[in-house]
Amino acid sequence: MTAISVRHLWKEYGDQIVLEDISLDFAPRAFIALVGPSGCGKTTFLRILLSEESVTRGEVLIGGQPIAREPGADRGVVFQRYSVFPHLTVLGNVVLAAEMGEAPLTGRLFGARRRAAEEEARALIEEVGLKGAEDKYPAALSGGMQQRLALAQAIMRRPKILLLDEPFGALDPGIRADIHQLMLKLWNTCEMTVVMVTHDLKEAFTLATRIIAFERRRNRPEEKARYGATIAKDIEVWPKRIAGQPKTKSVNPGRDDPALPSGPGRDDPALQTA
Amino acid sequence: MRLVNVRPDRGTALFLAILPFALVILAYVLGSAERLALNPDDKLLPSLGSLGEAIVKIAFTADARTGDYLLWTDTLASLERLFSALAISTAIALAIGVLIGMLPVVRSFLAPFVAMVSMVPPLALLPILFIVMGLGEASKIALITIGITPYLIRDLAMRVEELPREQMIKAQTLGASTWQMALRVVLPQILPRLMDALRLSLGPAFLFLIAAEAIASDSGLGYRIFLVRRYLAMDVILPYVAWITLLAVAMDFALVRARRFFFPWFGAAK
Repeated sequence: MTAISVRHLWKEYGDQIVLEDISLDFAPRAFIALVGPSGCGKTTFLRILLSEESVTRGEVLIGGQPIAREPGADRGVVFQRYSVFPHLTVLGNVVLAAEMGEAPLTGRLFGARRRAAEEEARALIEEVGLKGAEDKYPAALSGGMQQRLALAQAIMRRPKILLLDEPFGALDPGIRADIHQLMLKLWNTCEMTVVMVTHDLKEAFTLATRIIAFERRRNRPEEKARYGATIAKDIEVWPKRIAGQPKTKSVNPGRDDPALPSGPGRDDPALQTA
Repeated sequence: MRLVNVRPDRGTALFLAILPFALVILAYVLGSAERLALNPDDKLLPSLGSLGEAIVKIAFTADARTGDYLLWTDTLASLERLFSALAISTAIALAIGVLIGMLPVVRSFLAPFVAMVSMVPPLALLPILFIVMGLGEASKIALITIGITPYLIRDLAMRVEELPREQMIKAQTLGASTWQMALRVVLPQILPRLMDALRLSLGPAFLFLIAAEAIASDSGLGYRIFLVRRYLAMDVILPYVAWITLLAVAMDFALVRARRFFFPWFGAAK
Protein backbone atom coordinates (compact mmCIF):
# COMPACT_ATOMS: atom_id res chain seq x y z
CA MET A 1 0.00 0.00 0.00
CA THR A 2 1.95 2.94 -1.21
CA ALA A 3 0.84 6.50 -1.44
CA ILE A 4 2.79 8.94 -3.59
CA SER A 5 3.02 12.60 -2.62
CA VAL A 6 4.58 15.29 -4.72
CA ARG A 7 5.26 18.62 -3.00
CA HIS A 8 5.99 21.81 -4.94
CA LEU A 9 7.93 19.98 -7.60
CA TRP A 10 9.90 22.03 -10.13
CA LYS A 11 11.88 20.54 -12.98
CA GLU A 12 14.22 22.69 -15.03
CA TYR A 13 16.74 21.88 -17.76
CA GLY A 14 19.09 24.85 -17.70
CA ASP A 15 16.89 27.86 -18.42
CA GLN A 16 13.99 25.77 -19.62
CA ILE A 17 11.34 25.21 -16.99
CA VAL A 18 9.48 22.00 -17.70
CA LEU A 19 7.31 21.44 -14.65
CA GLU A 20 6.18 24.28 -12.46
CA ASP A 21 5.16 23.90 -8.84
CA ILE A 22 3.38 20.57 -9.10
CA SER A 23 1.74 19.30 -5.91
CA LEU A 24 -0.19 16.04 -5.98
CA ASP A 25 -1.22 13.20 -3.69
CA PHE A 26 -1.94 9.77 -5.11
CA ALA A 27 -3.86 7.38 -2.87
CA PRO A 28 -2.59 3.82 -2.48
CA ARG A 29 -3.83 1.49 -5.22
CA ALA A 30 -5.03 4.37 -7.34
CA PHE A 31 -4.78 4.11 -11.11
CA ILE A 32 -3.57 7.51 -12.29
CA ALA A 33 -3.53 8.55 -15.94
CA LEU A 34 -1.31 11.48 -16.91
CA VAL A 35 -2.51 13.16 -20.07
CA GLY A 36 -1.61 16.28 -21.97
CA PRO A 37 -0.21 17.51 -25.27
CA SER A 38 3.26 16.51 -26.50
CA GLY A 39 6.06 18.25 -24.64
CA CYS A 40 3.95 19.11 -21.60
CA GLY A 41 6.23 17.25 -19.23
CA LYS A 42 4.06 14.24 -18.43
CA THR A 43 6.83 11.83 -19.39
CA THR A 44 9.35 13.91 -17.43
CA PHE A 45 7.05 13.61 -14.42
CA LEU A 46 6.96 9.83 -14.84
CA ARG A 47 10.74 9.70 -15.14
CA ILE A 48 11.01 11.57 -11.87
CA LEU A 49 8.76 8.95 -10.24
CA LEU A 50 11.13 6.37 -11.74
CA SER A 51 14.19 8.21 -10.33
CA GLU A 52 15.56 8.40 -13.85
CA GLU A 53 15.43 12.18 -13.50
CA SER A 54 15.92 14.22 -10.35
CA VAL A 55 13.77 17.11 -9.23
CA THR A 56 15.18 20.63 -9.37
CA ARG A 57 13.14 21.82 -6.40
CA GLY A 58 10.49 20.26 -4.19
CA GLU A 59 10.21 16.68 -3.08
CA VAL A 60 8.62 13.37 -3.94
CA LEU A 61 7.58 11.05 -1.14
CA ILE A 62 6.74 7.40 -1.63
CA GLY A 63 4.97 5.84 1.31
CA GLY A 64 6.09 8.85 3.34
CA GLN A 65 9.78 8.36 2.55
CA PRO A 66 11.79 10.53 0.16
CA ILE A 67 12.08 8.80 -3.22
CA ALA A 68 15.23 6.69 -3.80
CA ARG A 69 17.91 8.31 -5.93
CA GLU A 70 17.98 5.51 -8.48
CA PRO A 71 15.42 3.15 -10.01
CA GLY A 72 14.63 0.18 -7.82
CA ALA A 73 12.52 -2.93 -7.48
CA ASP A 74 9.74 -1.10 -5.63
CA ARG A 75 8.78 0.69 -8.84
CA GLY A 76 8.19 -1.41 -11.95
CA VAL A 77 8.00 0.08 -15.42
CA VAL A 78 6.72 -0.70 -18.90
CA PHE A 79 7.90 1.55 -21.72
CA GLN A 80 6.39 1.89 -25.15
CA ARG A 81 9.37 0.02 -26.65
CA TYR A 82 12.47 -1.90 -25.56
CA SER A 83 10.85 -3.04 -22.34
CA VAL A 84 11.81 -6.69 -22.72
CA PHE A 85 15.22 -8.23 -23.28
CA PRO A 86 15.69 -9.47 -26.84
CA HIS A 87 18.26 -12.10 -25.89
CA LEU A 88 15.95 -13.96 -23.49
CA THR A 89 12.93 -16.11 -24.28
CA VAL A 90 9.51 -15.21 -22.91
CA LEU A 91 10.08 -17.53 -19.96
CA GLY A 92 13.65 -16.26 -19.53
CA ASN A 93 12.43 -12.66 -19.44
CA VAL A 94 9.94 -13.34 -16.65
CA VAL A 95 12.23 -15.65 -14.66
CA LEU A 96 14.95 -12.97 -14.88
CA ALA A 97 12.89 -10.82 -12.51
CA ALA A 98 13.15 -13.54 -9.84
CA GLU A 99 16.81 -14.22 -10.62
CA MET A 100 17.80 -10.59 -10.15
CA GLY A 101 16.18 -10.61 -6.73
CA GLU A 102 17.41 -13.95 -5.43
CA ALA A 103 20.84 -14.49 -7.00
CA PRO A 104 22.97 -11.40 -6.38
CA LEU A 105 26.23 -13.08 -7.42
CA THR A 106 25.46 -15.19 -10.47
CA GLY A 107 22.19 -13.61 -11.58
CA ARG A 108 20.97 -17.17 -12.22
CA LEU A 109 18.88 -19.67 -10.28
CA PHE A 110 19.47 -23.40 -10.32
CA GLY A 111 17.72 -26.54 -9.16
CA ALA A 112 14.67 -26.33 -6.96
CA ARG A 113 14.70 -22.52 -6.69
CA ARG A 114 14.78 -22.24 -10.46
CA ARG A 115 11.89 -24.68 -10.81
CA ALA A 116 9.88 -22.68 -8.27
CA ALA A 117 10.60 -19.42 -10.12
CA GLU A 118 9.75 -21.04 -13.46
CA GLU A 119 6.48 -22.34 -12.10
CA GLU A 120 5.51 -18.90 -10.86
CA ALA A 121 6.61 -17.37 -14.18
CA ARG A 122 4.60 -19.87 -16.20
CA ALA A 123 1.47 -19.05 -14.19
CA LEU A 124 2.02 -15.37 -14.81
CA ILE A 125 2.68 -15.93 -18.52
CA GLU A 126 -0.58 -17.82 -18.74
CA GLU A 127 -2.39 -15.03 -16.90
CA VAL A 128 -1.25 -12.42 -19.43
CA GLY A 129 -2.29 -14.72 -22.28
CA LEU A 130 1.09 -15.80 -23.58
CA LYS A 131 0.71 -19.52 -22.88
CA GLY A 132 2.41 -21.53 -25.60
CA ALA A 133 4.91 -18.79 -26.40
CA GLU A 134 7.23 -19.51 -23.45
CA ASP A 135 10.19 -20.50 -25.61
CA LYS A 136 9.87 -17.75 -28.22
CA TYR A 137 12.18 -14.76 -28.39
CA PRO A 138 10.54 -11.31 -28.20
CA ALA A 139 11.41 -10.59 -31.84
CA ALA A 140 8.99 -13.38 -32.78
CA LEU A 141 6.14 -11.74 -30.82
CA SER A 142 3.74 -9.05 -32.02
CA GLY A 143 3.81 -5.63 -30.39
CA GLY A 144 0.82 -6.45 -28.20
CA MET A 145 2.36 -9.72 -27.03
CA GLN A 146 5.64 -7.96 -26.23
CA GLN A 147 3.76 -5.51 -24.02
CA ARG A 148 1.94 -8.38 -22.30
CA LEU A 149 5.34 -9.93 -21.67
CA ALA A 150 6.66 -6.63 -20.32
CA LEU A 151 3.72 -6.47 -17.92
CA ALA A 152 4.31 -10.04 -16.75
CA GLN A 153 8.00 -9.31 -16.25
CA ALA A 154 7.30 -6.16 -14.24
CA ILE A 155 4.64 -7.82 -12.09
CA MET A 156 6.82 -10.88 -11.37
CA ARG A 157 8.89 -8.57 -9.15
CA ARG A 158 5.72 -7.46 -7.26
CA PRO A 159 6.34 -3.73 -7.47
CA LYS A 160 4.43 -1.44 -5.15
CA ILE A 161 4.10 1.08 -7.94
CA LEU A 162 3.81 0.32 -11.63
CA LEU A 163 4.80 3.10 -14.02
CA LEU A 164 3.59 2.92 -17.61
CA ASP A 165 5.02 5.20 -20.30
CA GLU A 166 2.54 5.15 -23.19
CA PRO A 167 2.62 1.38 -23.01
CA PHE A 168 -0.17 0.73 -25.48
CA GLY A 169 0.36 3.71 -27.78
CA ALA A 170 1.84 1.69 -30.63
CA LEU A 171 -0.83 -1.01 -30.65
CA ASP A 172 -3.79 -1.18 -32.98
CA PRO A 173 -7.28 -0.65 -31.48
CA GLY A 174 -8.49 -4.26 -31.22
CA ILE A 175 -5.34 -5.44 -29.49
CA ARG A 176 -5.42 -2.36 -27.30
CA ALA A 177 -8.92 -3.18 -26.04
CA ASP A 178 -7.80 -6.70 -25.09
CA ILE A 179 -4.73 -5.47 -23.26
CA HIS A 180 -6.85 -2.87 -21.42
CA GLN A 181 -8.88 -5.73 -19.96
CA LEU A 182 -5.66 -7.43 -18.91
CA MET A 183 -4.37 -4.22 -17.37
CA LEU A 184 -7.52 -3.77 -15.30
CA LYS A 185 -7.36 -7.39 -14.20
CA LEU A 186 -3.74 -6.99 -13.07
CA TRP A 187 -4.51 -3.75 -11.27
CA ASN A 188 -7.40 -5.44 -9.47
CA THR A 189 -5.43 -8.50 -8.42
CA CYS A 190 -1.98 -7.06 -7.65
CA GLU A 191 -1.37 -4.77 -4.69
CA MET A 192 -0.01 -1.82 -6.59
CA THR A 193 -0.53 1.79 -7.50
CA VAL A 194 -0.41 2.46 -11.24
CA VAL A 195 0.70 5.69 -12.90
CA MET A 196 0.28 5.73 -16.67
CA VAL A 197 1.27 8.32 -19.22
CA THR A 198 -0.96 8.28 -22.26
CA HIS A 199 -1.99 10.59 -25.08
CA ASP A 200 -5.20 8.68 -25.56
CA LEU A 201 -8.06 10.19 -23.52
CA LYS A 202 -10.34 7.26 -24.14
CA GLU A 203 -7.69 4.94 -22.75
CA ALA A 204 -7.31 7.19 -19.73
CA PHE A 205 -11.04 7.11 -18.98
CA THR A 206 -11.26 3.36 -19.65
CA LEU A 207 -8.58 2.45 -17.13
CA ALA A 208 -7.90 5.14 -14.60
CA THR A 209 -9.48 6.13 -11.30
CA ARG A 210 -8.13 9.63 -11.63
CA ILE A 211 -6.89 11.66 -14.57
CA ILE A 212 -4.33 14.43 -14.30
CA ALA A 213 -4.00 16.73 -17.30
CA PHE A 214 -0.75 18.64 -17.66
CA GLU A 215 -0.66 21.80 -19.72
CA ARG A 216 1.62 24.72 -20.39
CA ARG A 217 -0.60 27.65 -19.74
CA ARG A 218 1.75 30.15 -21.29
CA ASN A 219 2.83 29.02 -24.69
CA ARG A 220 3.88 32.22 -26.47
CA PRO A 221 7.41 31.84 -27.86
CA GLU A 222 8.92 34.48 -25.56
CA GLU A 223 7.25 32.97 -22.50
CA LYS A 224 7.78 29.33 -23.35
CA ALA A 225 11.12 28.79 -21.65
CA ARG A 226 10.28 30.51 -18.39
CA TYR A 227 6.89 28.96 -17.70
CA GLY A 228 6.56 25.22 -17.22
CA ALA A 229 3.57 22.95 -17.30
CA THR A 230 1.10 22.91 -14.45
CA ILE A 231 -1.92 20.76 -13.68
CA ALA A 232 -4.78 21.93 -15.84
CA LYS A 233 -7.37 19.33 -14.82
CA ASP A 234 -7.62 16.82 -12.02
CA ILE A 235 -10.56 14.52 -12.67
CA GLU A 236 -11.89 11.74 -10.46
CA VAL A 237 -13.41 9.18 -12.75
CA TRP A 238 -17.05 8.47 -12.05
CA PRO A 239 -18.45 5.92 -11.32
CA LYS A 240 -15.66 5.19 -8.88
CA ARG A 241 -13.44 2.26 -9.64
CA ILE A 242 -12.02 0.54 -6.60
CA ALA A 243 -9.06 -1.76 -6.89
CA GLY A 244 -9.86 -5.36 -6.04
CA GLN A 245 -13.54 -4.83 -6.77
CA PRO A 246 -13.87 -5.30 -10.51
CA LYS A 247 -17.30 -4.31 -11.65
CA THR A 248 -19.17 -7.34 -12.80
CA LYS A 249 -21.50 -5.68 -15.24
CA SER A 250 -22.06 -1.99 -15.23
CA VAL A 251 -25.61 -0.73 -14.94
CA ASN A 252 -24.68 2.41 -16.79
CA PRO A 253 -22.40 1.39 -19.61
CA GLY A 254 -19.65 3.81 -20.56
CA ARG A 255 -20.12 5.58 -23.84
CA ASP A 256 -17.63 3.26 -25.52
CA ASP A 257 -18.95 0.05 -24.05
CA PRO A 258 -21.10 -2.24 -26.14
CA ALA A 259 -24.78 -1.33 -25.90
CA LEU A 260 -26.97 -3.26 -23.50
CA PRO A 261 -29.39 -5.59 -25.21
CA SER A 262 -32.58 -4.05 -23.81
CA GLY A 263 -33.97 -0.70 -22.66
CA PRO A 264 -33.86 2.61 -24.47
CA GLY A 265 -30.41 3.66 -25.63
CA ARG A 266 -29.02 7.15 -25.26
CA ASP A 267 -29.78 7.84 -28.90
CA ASP A 268 -33.30 6.52 -28.68
CA PRO A 269 -35.63 9.06 -30.37
CA ALA A 270 -38.25 8.46 -27.66
CA LEU A 271 -35.87 9.85 -25.03
CA GLN A 272 -35.02 12.93 -27.05
CA THR A 273 -38.62 14.00 -27.46
CA ALA A 274 -39.47 13.35 -23.84
CA MET B 1 12.35 -2.06 -65.53
CA ARG B 2 14.56 0.00 -63.26
CA LEU B 3 18.01 -1.36 -62.51
CA VAL B 4 17.31 -1.30 -58.75
CA ASN B 5 14.48 -3.81 -59.26
CA VAL B 6 16.40 -6.33 -61.35
CA ARG B 7 17.11 -9.37 -59.18
CA PRO B 8 19.19 -12.30 -60.41
CA ASP B 9 17.72 -15.78 -59.90
CA ARG B 10 19.79 -18.37 -58.05
CA GLY B 11 21.62 -19.72 -61.09
CA THR B 12 22.49 -16.27 -62.35
CA ALA B 13 23.59 -15.17 -58.88
CA LEU B 14 25.95 -18.14 -58.61
CA PHE B 15 27.31 -17.51 -62.10
CA LEU B 16 27.88 -13.84 -61.31
CA ALA B 17 29.64 -14.73 -58.07
CA ILE B 18 32.00 -17.18 -59.76
CA LEU B 19 32.68 -14.94 -62.74
CA PRO B 20 35.34 -12.64 -61.18
CA PHE B 21 37.26 -15.63 -59.82
CA ALA B 22 37.16 -17.34 -63.20
CA LEU B 23 38.27 -14.16 -64.97
CA VAL B 24 41.27 -13.70 -62.66
CA ILE B 25 42.35 -17.33 -63.13
CA LEU B 26 41.87 -17.05 -66.88
CA ALA B 27 43.93 -13.85 -67.05
CA TYR B 28 46.66 -15.55 -65.03
CA VAL B 29 46.74 -18.68 -67.22
CA LEU B 30 46.86 -16.61 -70.43
CA GLY B 31 49.57 -14.31 -69.09
CA SER B 32 51.60 -17.21 -67.77
CA ALA B 33 51.35 -19.13 -71.08
CA GLU B 34 52.47 -16.08 -73.03
CA ARG B 35 55.49 -15.41 -70.80
CA LEU B 36 56.50 -19.09 -70.73
CA ALA B 37 56.28 -19.25 -74.54
CA LEU B 38 58.81 -16.41 -74.73
CA ASN B 39 61.04 -17.76 -71.95
CA PRO B 40 60.53 -21.29 -70.59
CA ASP B 41 62.59 -20.38 -67.48
CA ASP B 42 60.36 -17.43 -66.54
CA LYS B 43 59.73 -17.40 -62.78
CA LEU B 44 57.24 -14.54 -62.52
CA LEU B 45 54.06 -16.31 -63.61
CA PRO B 46 54.63 -20.06 -63.24
CA SER B 47 52.21 -22.40 -64.99
CA LEU B 48 49.41 -24.08 -63.06
CA GLY B 49 51.39 -27.33 -63.39
CA SER B 50 54.48 -25.98 -61.68
CA LEU B 51 52.29 -24.33 -59.03
CA GLY B 52 50.81 -27.77 -58.37
CA GLU B 53 54.24 -29.32 -58.14
CA ALA B 54 55.33 -26.65 -55.66
CA ILE B 55 52.21 -27.24 -53.55
CA VAL B 56 52.93 -30.98 -53.44
CA LYS B 57 56.49 -30.18 -52.43
CA ILE B 58 55.67 -27.73 -49.61
CA ALA B 59 52.53 -29.38 -48.31
CA PHE B 60 52.94 -33.13 -48.78
CA THR B 61 56.71 -33.76 -48.90
CA ALA B 62 58.90 -33.75 -45.82
CA ASP B 63 61.58 -31.08 -45.95
CA ALA B 64 64.99 -32.63 -46.69
CA ARG B 65 66.75 -30.68 -43.94
CA THR B 66 64.26 -30.64 -41.05
CA GLY B 67 61.85 -33.44 -41.94
CA ASP B 68 58.90 -31.02 -41.52
CA TYR B 69 56.02 -30.48 -43.87
CA LEU B 70 56.67 -26.79 -44.40
CA LEU B 71 53.16 -25.52 -45.12
CA TRP B 72 51.71 -27.19 -42.04
CA THR B 73 54.45 -26.20 -39.60
CA ASP B 74 54.28 -22.64 -40.93
CA THR B 75 50.49 -22.62 -40.62
CA LEU B 76 50.64 -23.99 -37.10
CA ALA B 77 53.23 -21.41 -35.99
CA SER B 78 51.27 -18.52 -37.50
CA LEU B 79 47.88 -19.61 -36.20
CA GLU B 80 49.30 -20.08 -32.73
CA ARG B 81 50.44 -16.46 -32.72
CA LEU B 82 47.22 -15.24 -34.28
CA PHE B 83 44.90 -17.11 -31.91
CA SER B 84 46.91 -16.20 -28.81
CA ALA B 85 46.74 -12.54 -29.82
CA LEU B 86 43.01 -12.73 -30.67
CA ALA B 87 42.27 -14.40 -27.32
CA ILE B 88 44.21 -11.78 -25.35
CA SER B 89 42.67 -8.90 -27.32
CA THR B 90 39.15 -10.26 -26.91
CA ALA B 91 39.54 -10.68 -23.16
CA ILE B 92 40.96 -7.18 -22.68
CA ALA B 93 38.45 -5.57 -25.04
CA LEU B 94 35.48 -7.30 -23.45
CA ALA B 95 36.44 -6.22 -19.94
CA ILE B 96 37.41 -2.64 -20.74
CA GLY B 97 34.80 -2.13 -23.46
CA VAL B 98 31.94 -3.16 -21.18
CA LEU B 99 33.32 -1.03 -18.34
CA ILE B 100 33.62 2.05 -20.57
CA GLY B 101 30.21 1.46 -22.08
CA MET B 102 28.40 0.87 -18.80
CA LEU B 103 30.09 3.11 -16.25
CA PRO B 104 30.30 6.87 -16.83
CA VAL B 105 33.20 7.09 -14.36
CA VAL B 106 35.31 4.61 -16.30
CA ARG B 107 34.28 6.30 -19.54
CA SER B 108 35.66 9.63 -18.31
CA PHE B 109 38.76 7.82 -17.04
CA LEU B 110 39.67 5.63 -20.04
CA ALA B 111 37.78 6.62 -23.19
CA PRO B 112 40.06 9.55 -24.21
CA PHE B 113 43.14 7.47 -23.44
CA VAL B 114 41.96 4.52 -25.54
CA ALA B 115 40.99 6.88 -28.36
CA MET B 116 44.51 8.31 -28.32
CA VAL B 117 46.24 4.91 -28.12
CA SER B 118 44.19 3.58 -31.00
CA MET B 119 45.78 6.24 -33.22
CA VAL B 120 49.35 5.09 -32.55
CA PRO B 121 50.50 3.22 -35.67
CA PRO B 122 51.25 -0.29 -34.31
CA LEU B 123 53.94 -1.03 -36.88
CA ALA B 124 55.89 1.97 -35.65
CA LEU B 125 55.94 0.28 -32.25
CA LEU B 126 57.38 -2.95 -33.67
CA PRO B 127 61.05 -1.94 -33.17
CA ILE B 128 60.26 -1.03 -29.56
CA LEU B 129 58.58 -4.39 -29.05
CA PHE B 130 61.59 -6.19 -30.54
CA ILE B 131 63.94 -4.24 -28.29
CA VAL B 132 61.88 -4.73 -25.15
CA MET B 133 60.46 -8.22 -25.63
CA GLY B 134 63.11 -9.78 -27.84
CA LEU B 135 62.59 -11.46 -31.20
CA GLY B 136 60.55 -14.39 -29.85
CA GLU B 137 56.84 -15.11 -29.88
CA ALA B 138 55.97 -12.49 -27.28
CA SER B 139 56.77 -9.49 -29.48
CA LYS B 140 54.74 -10.86 -32.41
CA ILE B 141 51.72 -11.60 -30.25
CA ALA B 142 52.09 -8.18 -28.64
CA LEU B 143 52.10 -6.45 -32.03
CA ILE B 144 48.84 -8.09 -33.13
CA THR B 145 47.28 -7.40 -29.73
CA ILE B 146 48.31 -3.74 -29.76
CA GLY B 147 47.07 -3.49 -33.32
CA ILE B 148 43.52 -4.68 -32.81
CA THR B 149 42.66 -4.23 -29.11
CA PRO B 150 41.99 -0.45 -29.16
CA TYR B 151 39.64 -0.88 -32.10
CA LEU B 152 37.82 -3.73 -30.35
CA ILE B 153 37.53 -1.74 -27.10
CA ARG B 154 36.09 1.29 -28.84
CA ASP B 155 33.70 -0.76 -30.93
CA LEU B 156 32.43 -2.73 -27.93
CA ALA B 157 32.08 0.37 -25.76
CA MET B 158 29.97 1.94 -28.52
CA ARG B 159 27.81 -1.17 -28.85
CA VAL B 160 27.20 -1.17 -25.08
CA GLU B 161 26.24 2.50 -25.16
CA GLU B 162 23.88 1.73 -28.04
CA LEU B 163 21.82 -0.68 -25.96
CA PRO B 164 18.47 1.07 -25.35
CA ARG B 165 18.41 3.17 -22.17
CA GLU B 166 15.04 1.56 -21.42
CA GLN B 167 16.70 -1.83 -20.95
CA MET B 168 19.07 -0.52 -18.30
CA ILE B 169 16.24 1.19 -16.43
CA LYS B 170 14.07 -1.89 -16.73
CA ALA B 171 16.83 -4.08 -15.32
CA GLN B 172 17.16 -1.74 -12.35
CA THR B 173 13.42 -1.87 -11.69
CA LEU B 174 13.79 -5.63 -11.54
CA GLY B 175 16.28 -5.03 -8.74
CA ALA B 176 19.46 -5.73 -10.69
CA SER B 177 22.81 -4.54 -9.34
CA THR B 178 25.48 -3.17 -11.70
CA TRP B 179 27.18 -6.57 -11.64
CA GLN B 180 23.95 -8.41 -12.45
CA MET B 181 23.22 -5.98 -15.28
CA ALA B 182 26.67 -6.61 -16.74
CA LEU B 183 26.23 -10.35 -16.40
CA ARG B 184 22.66 -10.84 -17.56
CA VAL B 185 21.82 -7.84 -19.72
CA VAL B 186 24.98 -6.39 -21.26
CA LEU B 187 27.33 -9.35 -21.76
CA PRO B 188 24.91 -11.69 -23.51
CA GLN B 189 23.85 -8.93 -25.85
CA ILE B 190 27.39 -7.80 -26.56
CA LEU B 191 28.87 -11.22 -27.40
CA PRO B 192 27.30 -11.52 -30.85
CA ARG B 193 28.41 -7.97 -31.58
CA LEU B 194 31.89 -8.91 -30.40
CA MET B 195 31.94 -11.71 -32.95
CA ASP B 196 31.15 -9.25 -35.71
CA ALA B 197 33.88 -6.91 -34.47
CA LEU B 198 36.32 -9.82 -34.44
CA ARG B 199 35.45 -10.62 -38.04
CA LEU B 200 36.34 -7.08 -39.03
CA SER B 201 39.64 -7.27 -37.10
CA LEU B 202 40.76 -10.47 -38.84
CA GLY B 203 42.17 -8.45 -41.73
CA PRO B 204 44.33 -6.15 -39.55
CA ALA B 205 45.32 -9.15 -37.37
CA PHE B 206 46.73 -10.99 -40.37
CA LEU B 207 48.43 -7.81 -41.56
CA PHE B 208 50.30 -7.43 -38.28
CA LEU B 209 51.05 -11.16 -38.13
CA ILE B 210 52.67 -11.23 -41.57
CA ALA B 211 54.52 -7.98 -40.88
CA ALA B 212 56.00 -9.28 -37.63
CA GLU B 213 56.96 -12.59 -39.20
CA ALA B 214 58.51 -10.95 -42.22
CA ILE B 215 60.87 -8.87 -40.12
CA ALA B 216 62.15 -11.33 -37.53
CA SER B 217 61.08 -14.95 -37.35
CA ASP B 218 62.18 -18.49 -38.10
CA SER B 219 58.81 -19.96 -38.96
CA GLY B 220 55.34 -18.91 -40.06
CA LEU B 221 53.50 -18.09 -43.22
CA GLY B 222 54.83 -14.55 -43.46
CA TYR B 223 58.36 -15.73 -42.76
CA ARG B 224 58.20 -18.28 -45.64
CA ILE B 225 56.87 -15.77 -48.16
CA PHE B 226 59.59 -13.27 -47.40
CA LEU B 227 62.25 -16.03 -47.32
CA VAL B 228 61.52 -17.47 -50.75
CA ARG B 229 61.15 -13.97 -52.20
CA ARG B 230 64.94 -13.98 -52.45
CA TYR B 231 64.73 -16.79 -55.00
CA LEU B 232 61.84 -15.20 -56.87
CA ALA B 233 59.90 -18.38 -55.99
CA MET B 234 56.50 -17.26 -57.16
CA ASP B 235 55.42 -20.90 -57.27
CA VAL B 236 55.61 -20.93 -53.44
CA ILE B 237 54.51 -17.36 -52.74
CA LEU B 238 51.28 -17.56 -54.72
CA PRO B 239 49.96 -20.73 -53.00
CA TYR B 240 50.90 -19.25 -49.63
CA VAL B 241 48.98 -16.06 -50.33
CA ALA B 242 45.99 -18.07 -51.49
CA TRP B 243 46.24 -20.25 -48.35
CA ILE B 244 46.38 -17.26 -46.00
CA THR B 245 43.34 -15.79 -47.73
CA LEU B 246 41.54 -19.09 -47.41
CA LEU B 247 42.33 -19.29 -43.69
CA ALA B 248 40.96 -15.80 -43.10
CA VAL B 249 37.80 -16.53 -45.09
CA ALA B 250 37.28 -19.78 -43.18
CA MET B 251 37.60 -17.95 -39.82
CA ASP B 252 35.17 -15.28 -40.95
CA PHE B 253 32.69 -17.93 -42.04
CA ALA B 254 33.13 -19.87 -38.79
CA LEU B 255 32.46 -16.71 -36.74
CA VAL B 256 29.26 -15.98 -38.65
CA ARG B 257 28.09 -19.55 -38.20
CA ALA B 258 28.99 -19.60 -34.52
CA ARG B 259 27.10 -16.32 -33.96
CA ARG B 260 23.99 -17.68 -35.64
CA PHE B 261 24.21 -20.90 -33.67
CA PHE B 262 24.85 -19.45 -30.24
CA PHE B 263 22.76 -16.28 -30.57
CA PRO B 264 19.71 -17.20 -32.63
CA TRP B 265 17.83 -14.13 -31.34
CA PHE B 266 20.41 -11.69 -32.65
CA GLY B 267 19.52 -11.53 -36.36
CA ALA B 268 15.82 -11.05 -35.66
CA ALA B 269 16.24 -8.54 -32.85
CA LYS B 270 18.43 -6.10 -34.75
